[in-house]
Amino acid sequence: MAELAEVEMHAIQTSGNCIRNTTTDQFAGVAVDEIEDSRPWCEIIRQWSSFHPEFAYLPRKFKIAVCGTPNDQAATQVHDIGLYIKKDNKGEIGFQVLVGGGLGRTPVIGATICEFLPWQHLLTYLDAIMRVYNRFGRRDNKYKARIKILVKALGVEAFREKVEAEWLYDKDGSATLTQNEVERCKGFFTDPDYQELDNTDQTIADAAASDLLFSHWLERNVAPHKKSGYRIVNLCLKETGVAPGDITDTQMEFVADLADKYSFGEVRVTHEQNLVLTDVRLQDLYTVYLALKTESLATPYLGLLNDIVCCPGGDFCSLANAKSIPIAESIQRRFEDFDVQKNIGEITLNISGCMNACGHHHVGNIGILGVDKKGAEFYQVTLGGSADRDTSLGKVLGPSFAQSEMPDVIDKIINVYLENRQENENFLATYNRIGMEPYKEKVYANAD
Amino acid sequence: MPTLIKDRQLIDNPWRLLEKDVDLNAVLSDTAEHIVVPFALWQEHKDSLMDCAKEIAVWLDSEDDPYELANDVIDLPLICLNFPVFRDGRAFSAAVILRERLNYQGEIRAIGDVLRDQLFYMQKCGIDSFDLADGVNVENALEAFNDFSTSYMSTVEEPLPLFRRR
Repeated sequence: MAELAEVEMHAIQTSGNCIRNTTTDQFAGVAVDEIEDSRPWCEIIRQWSSFHPEFAYLPRKFKIAVCGTPNDQAATQVHDIGLYIKKDNKGEIGFQVLVGGGLGRTPVIGATICEFLPWQHLLTYLDAIMRVYNRFGRRDNKYKARIKILVKALGVEAFREKVEAEWLYDKDGSATLTQNEVERCKGFFTDPDYQELDNTDQTIADAAASDLLFSHWLERNVAPHKKSGYRIVNLCLKETGVAPGDITDTQMEFVADLADKYSFGEVRVTHEQNLVLTDVRLQDLYTVYLALKTESLATPYLGLLNDIVCCPGGDFCSLANAKSIPIAESIQRRFEDFDVQKNIGEITLNISGCMNACGHHHVGNIGILGVDKKGAEFYQVTLGGSADRDTSLGKVLGPSFAQSEMPDVIDKIINVYLENRQENENFLATYNRIGMEPYKEKVYANAD
Repeated sequence: MPTLIKDRQLIDNPWRLLEKDVDLNAVLSDTAEHIVVPFALWQEHKDSLMDCAKEIAVWLDSEDDPYELANDVIDLPLICLNFPVFRDGRAFSAAVILRERLNYQGEIRAIGDVLRDQLFYMQKCGIDSFDLADGVNVENALEAFNDFSTSYMSTVEEPLPLFRRR
């Protein structure tokens, strides 16, 4: 722990029934379409929640996400509290406040209890929510102790009324945020020493024209940056044959060195089990790509089918009902051809080895859940989940499958999409338009 | 040996705490001069208890609503808050409500599963005496109040958050 502290890391409130560390979008501060950098707000919440004396022994753990981009990459709506940063018509910052989201054995999408909370009131409003939860959340059954159960039991409106009533006391009190404090926290998240650069680069364009894999990687793994001449580089840790999200110590040292050299020393981890180099110069992209390739870190399918999110499952986890990594691998092998994946397009596939849902299967476009059937491992498939701004929970396709059937099942599901999609329609859009039935028919045809 | 801490010192406890199932007669016939009665008994017999010759205090269990003491706080020299098990944190909020909402000025005492690691938090929430659970090392417990030098957020003990004190 002392060594961690030397590099400004700690393990405080990483377990226990307390407010856990606040999370946000992996592109915070560099996204081209950002409304406001969420990091200072996360830091304000971190300080408020660290050793909060009243909320250290809640009914259950508590997770807060803040999102400052229109494209939610923080899974905001499936957190105990989700905060969307907004601007009102005067340009003032505020928060849309959602409560009671979560996955696990009872998946729920958070409900909005405040459409626009002016930023000054952030902490007093959070205090009010926490106090209502601390007092009235269930403590008799740990499976019914999360705030989502309380919100469901009371109803969103009644919960909101309780929060508002509690908030009246503290509103405008001493915990009201000040401009000075916000500015101070913004001071922790200043821009690195960017150069003034063109936003086009001929050598990179030439490299893309002559190196097909590089052009794939550029298209999939590189995102626009708020600063001209810079790009956000995603490292997709989904090499077939390696557990999704795994990276060796050698690779990590390599990435750290790369970040020092090309990205102002910053690397971020995503909940999609990938890494991000936040600030890479456009002119360095080919060099960075070639370097990544030497360590098998240039897998070019971010956001495509093989970018599977997968929990450790039965190979490692004592809670698991079934293995998940071999399922991921068997699907990745089936769809290994990049052109096949590219043709399928944007899709998310999430695998959890038990209903604790660490693989977030409920919000995968395709979700796979390992279940135990009389001692044997089976897999239930859900369709239509999404963790985007329009969050949705997947619906169960039907009876579960044996491990060996899974690649074929996914293949059939994908084929229904390919046969039915209209122009520019991604997997989720087609599913939302045609519904579950065609998938069901195809997958279970001749099953009897 | 006393296991009650108040003002960061060990003190003798003059209060006798009566369990939930007692009736009014049990209070009146008790030989102790200082008696802590359960919340339900207080609600039912407030007037008789106030009229008797003893000093009367009340204890709340973790599910009891502190707001129901709104009209009584002026009459109570001591309110005890029970922690049936340390991880039941409702009494932290009850203490804050008594102090900040009901402006209670008397003594608030933590009773029940009162362990060393919770003392710092309890103090910040406005609890000022601590009846330690059996087996808690008293010397060790007395050091708990200095676990951290300051707090980021607004607390009962220091209503100004750190960002207003910088």
